[in-house]
Amino acid sequence: MKRIYISEEYCIGCRLCEIHCLVAHTKSKKILKAFKDEIPKDATAAVLVEEEGHLSFALQCRHCSDAPCIEACMTGAMYRDKKTGAVLHDEDKCVGCWMCIMVCPFGVTAADPATHKITSKCDLCAGQDSPACVANCPNEALVYEDRENES
Amino acid sequence: MAKSKKKTADYVIVGNSVAAIAAVEAIRETDCDGSIIMVTKEGEMIYSRPMISYYLAGKVKLKNMRYREAGFYKQHNIQLLAEKKVVKVEPKKNTVKLGDGSLIGYGRLLITTGGEPVNPPIKGAAVKGVFNFTTLQDAESISRFIKANDVKSAVILGAGLIGLKAAEALLARKIKITIVELADRILATTFDKKASQIIDKALSKQGCRLELSDSIKQVISGKGKVTGVELLSGKKLAAELVVIAIGVRPNIEIVKGSGIKVKRGIVVDNAMQTNISNIYAAGDVAEAAGFFGGRKMVLAIWPDAYRQGRIAGAAMAGVKTRYQGGIVMNSVEIASVPTISVGVTVLDGSEDNVEVLEKSDLKNSIYRKIVLKDDCLEGVILVGKIDRAGIYTGLIKDRVKTTSFKELLLNEDFGIISLPKDYRKHMVSDVPMMM
Repeated sequence: MKRIYISEEYCIGCRLCEIHCLVAHTKSKKILKAFKDEIPKDATAAVLVEEEGHLSFALQCRHCSDAPCIEACMTGAMYRDKKTGAVLHDEDKCVGCWMCIMVCPFGVTAADPATHKITSKCDLCAGQDSPACVANCPNEALVYEDRENES
Repeated sequence: MAKSKKKTADYVIVGNSVAAIAAVEAIRETDCDGSIIMVTKEGEMIYSRPMISYYLAGKVKLKNMRYREAGFYKQHNIQLLAEKKVVKVEPKKNTVKLGDGSLIGYGRLLITTGGEPVNPPIKGAAVKGVFNFTTLQDAESISRFIKANDVKSAVILGAGLIGLKAAEALLARKIKITIVELADRILATTFDKKASQIIDKALSKQGCRLELSDSIKQVISGKGKVTGVELLSGKKLAAELVVIAIGVRPNIEIVKGSGIKVKRGIVVDNAMQTNISNIYAAGDVAEAAGFFGGRKMVLAIWPDAYRQGRIAGAAMAGVKTRYQGGIVMNSVEIASVPTISVGVTVLDGSEDNVEVLEKSDLKNSIYRKIVLKDDCLEGVILVGKIDRAGIYTGLIKDRVKTTSFKELLLNEDFGIISLPKDYRKHMVSDVPMMM
């Protein structure tokens, strides 16, 4: 399947990925309207920029082929999309047991204190040719490719 | 007497909880045509057992307890026999016998009968208001009892996962609770005393109590209903509800005398196969390898039941994958304090090459402890702040040497960036590989 790959050498820590991730998950998908009316001040994006000195990279759900979050999820909220292979999260089903936080080796599922559910889980921007974080990365530090079928 | 026609199937699965469901899904990834019969003593609804605490708390409705949709059986082409109890496995005849005397023949058999609550003999406990807490039926009975009797206070015996989940649920219903635990701390398998003390403090802020190193001597009742308990220490507590949650034991009744090897649970190898080649077991009934070696163990936790079920299903359909061994882990939020504990966290001081790192801010109910053996993570306790806990779990599973970044492990912003470059790049740039 197509996945988001990270090249930390190219990341400049600009955090445009975070901004565009948030916008892509609003109704209007328009940056000004989104930040003015739709996105709460303390919103977290489904992509997380880790930074230390000159090193930085943007990390989002890896959509593991053998996903520990799916097996740990006791509600069935975390599931695999049969068509795309993406690991998706159904917020309606989530009860905030934090089992996915306990097992995700990348630490990319996060709790929303307001709703007491897992929040902002990367959905690969379902339906788009390229996820918003990749499409808006100015330096190709994120790429969206299918490397599994390469020899 | 007319002899009823014997049913047969390529795959027969006893049980319909998570291990059984995971097995079916794995079988169907390889074998779309083989016939499957599932037998369950419960109803046909595939519900999530751990969700019963959220149900009792009033946080989810019955329909949200579904772990898989109602169409699951049809979709996976399964013949379901609900509310039917398997009473006996007969390996020599490749059949299982049901309570009504009928027989089902199998090509391969998977036993996922789970666990049953342990009920110690307690004087006076055979009265109304004393419950276990492992099934939907238990949750419904407790819920009805609370309403009908206007329950204001409860005693929970046992501060393991089930006891604490019951506590969480009862607290949400504004019931004053006292948790009675024989050990000197809660979650004795994965918590240390300090972690336990933080929760104790949080509970007492809500008017609840923890009675450690103690147990129930007798249940006190009036007119056939619970009115309180007397503890071994002599203390008396008033309560209209008692939940007995000292643990579960594997439900192995149906294999007794069958020749299937049993210790505490049904003994299985790393493909979930029993000593009889066409019989498998998975989930809370199975006794399988532990991650850190040593004796096989019964690990009654959800993620492992799923994993074992998948491995068993795949193996039954001819695809071999390997169980890497179970790691004890718990995620429990109690009195608004989230906690995650994984692996070996309790030490008796006799261990070699073990190092413990810890940091705490008890005022804010925050505690972080890491146990290293030969610089590899073996356990972690997080109280209060549990963000990104899985990174530690991943380090345990991957047996990563932490020598070069050990001093960063306790940092609040410990992340993937803190890991050595090679390992980090393998994690984020390669095709994701999980164990």
